[in-house]
Amino acid sequence: MAHEETAPTLYGLMAEFDNPDALLHAAEQARLAGYRKMDAYSPIPIEELSEALGLPRTRLPKLVFLGGLFGGIGGYGLEYFCAVIGYPLNIGGRPLHSWPQFIPVTFETTVLGAALACFVGMWALNRLPQPYHPVFNVPAFARASTDRFFLCIEAVDPTFKLDATRRFLEGLQPVGVSDVAP
Amino acid sequence: MAQPTDHRPPRVAAVAASDPAMAELLARTPAVIAPGHTFESVTDSIGHLVLSKRTPIGWFFGFAIAFALLMVLNVTIAKLLLTGIGIWGNNIPVGWAFDIINFVWWIGIGHAGTLISAILLLFRQGWRTSINRFAEAMTLFAVACAAMFPLLHTGRPWLAIYWLFPYPSTMGVWPQFRSPLMWDVFAVSTYGTVSALFWFTGLVPDMATLRDRAKSRTAQVIFGMLSLGWRGSARHWHRYEIAYLLLAGISTPLVLSVHSVVSFDFAVSVLPGWHATIFPPYFVAGAIYSGFAMVMTLAIPLRKFYDLEGFITMRHIHNMTKIMLVTGMIVAYGYANEAFFAWFSGNKYEEFMMYNRMAGPYAVFYWALISINALMIQLFWFRSVRDNLPLLFILSLLVNVGMWLERFVIIVISLSRDFLPSSWDMYAPTRWDFGMFLGTIGLFLALFFLFIRFLPAIAIFEVRTMVPEAKLKAEHHG
Repeated sequence: MAHEETAPTLYGLMAEFDNPDALLHAAEQARLAGYRKMDAYSPIPIEELSEALGLPRTRLPKLVFLGGLFGGIGGYGLEYFCAVIGYPLNIGGRPLHSWPQFIPVTFETTVLGAALACFVGMWALNRLPQPYHPVFNVPAFARASTDRFFLCIEAVDPTFKLDATRRFLEGLQPVGVSDVAP
Repeated sequence: MAQPTDHRPPRVAAVAASDPAMAELLARTPAVIAPGHTFESVTDSIGHLVLSKRTPIGWFFGFAIAFALLMVLNVTIAKLLLTGIGIWGNNIPVGWAFDIINFVWWIGIGHAGTLISAILLLFRQGWRTSINRFAEAMTLFAVACAAMFPLLHTGRPWLAIYWLFPYPSTMGVWPQFRSPLMWDVFAVSTYGTVSALFWFTGLVPDMATLRDRAKSRTAQVIFGMLSLGWRGSARHWHRYEIAYLLLAGISTPLVLSVHSVVSFDFAVSVLPGWHATIFPPYFVAGAIYSGFAMVMTLAIPLRKFYDLEGFITMRHIHNMTKIMLVTGMIVAYGYANEAFFAWFSGNKYEEFMMYNRMAGPYAVFYWALISINALMIQLFWFRSVRDNLPLLFILSLLVNVGMWLERFVIIVISLSRDFLPSSWDMYAPTRWDFGMFLGTIGLFLALFFLFIRFLPAIAIFEVRTMVPEAKLKAEHHG
């Protein structure tokens, strides 16, 4: 019940670490302790963290495939429309639907569609741009983009209990533990 | 991307047991990043270049020259729009000259940036990390310069747009998709767009770093907006890394297709000297060759004047020289191949084309090209040359001269003397041709100077992954 009382005033508790190993260890321990609503923050990508936090596989590759598919079909369709329907030119009786010559542009639009899907899809799945986020309320978090590593357990997690969670985080030998205002 | 690459000592140790000569060779290979760097020092020394209030006096000096050349471009474009493309030296039969020479030259230069950021990433070449950002910027600026020429050679681009982009115009005319020139429009605009997306994606985590380290409110707000609210969340990094890899995978065939399509502009025609199946690979190799020469031209002064020798080390210089040597040799093979097929074809027009290149009125350009791209680059075999930075700087500039001459030789020599002697004519550029060319160099340099002042020229977060601290020490089980 504790989390229901604290939820309006607290986003979560955040532990600060000074190396990637400590963060990874902390994430693993937190998951073992039953915490699920948490996130790790680091100045460098740490591949092993996704596993430690139990992150699901991203849908991004599927989106990119669909983007490429739409790009390719769209590009070919555009060429077909221009050459066969919109502006058919009879040049020595050659076929209007001259598909081999439509391949280079189809390739380029496939690439364009995939790249746009990748770019837009990645930011959209990450819910960015997002100018405000509670973690920025922690002054020490300014170093999350330089040399510090953070683990934030959110108050909405069913296992979250202010005192117990604080003790748990302090037990992981962090540089410090801070309250995160919402 | 995140793999730590500075694993020399263990590698040297492992090899030493079985092969002492190899171990010695490895030990002589310079490091990718100078020893002693930490997260903090990497972030500081690169971020400082942007956040510092003091701009080096040399920057103003360089920017002034670039800006003056940029003004030459403005004057040339104004004159062109007011008068028409008659101010250029183009004639019949040489209907394409400086406009397409410079277009191909600039587009080619751009290719090294994509090669470094995408292809070397897929091949897990860790050394790319400290040069990819400014090489990608170079790509974008080179594409911008390249785009000037096809756009402005239409005279008044706003009247010409219906040939290039498919839109429902009132005339009911649609573009001709069977033309390589249309393929070119799509290839180059896709290339420009994808390069920009890739570049911006790479910049976002660094924008967050600069946001957090900026002292002035203005810088905090601007970098804050550009960072999109990036907070380094593990969830975000996970998708980010996948997106980065996918973009690299997408860009790799793209960059190879772009110069292939550019070569189709020539190869699909029937003109002797253009109608050759070797063109696509030979153009792509030439593009990478000239692009690396430009990266060198930019990297050598950049690392010196901005004290970046710890990031752009001799390892980078050596590797880039070797890539130039390899691609330069492919280009030289292309020249040999052209000469061989001119003879082997038994076609008198092809034979004459080659004779005309070697002994015709423009022969001096052909031999200058061969001296640079086939002979001079043999110097890159020598370690003493690869270690000599002033010499490498000059050689890189010469490589770009050589690659410009290559396009001149292909385009002007073939066009000026085709099948019918009665239609032959000589071509000479006018001062407006030179003005436009110098002007785009000004645009390129001005953009580059602004870039190194206002954005991190080296990818901070990627270099961070290279320092020893980034390596996970313990075995983890999730």
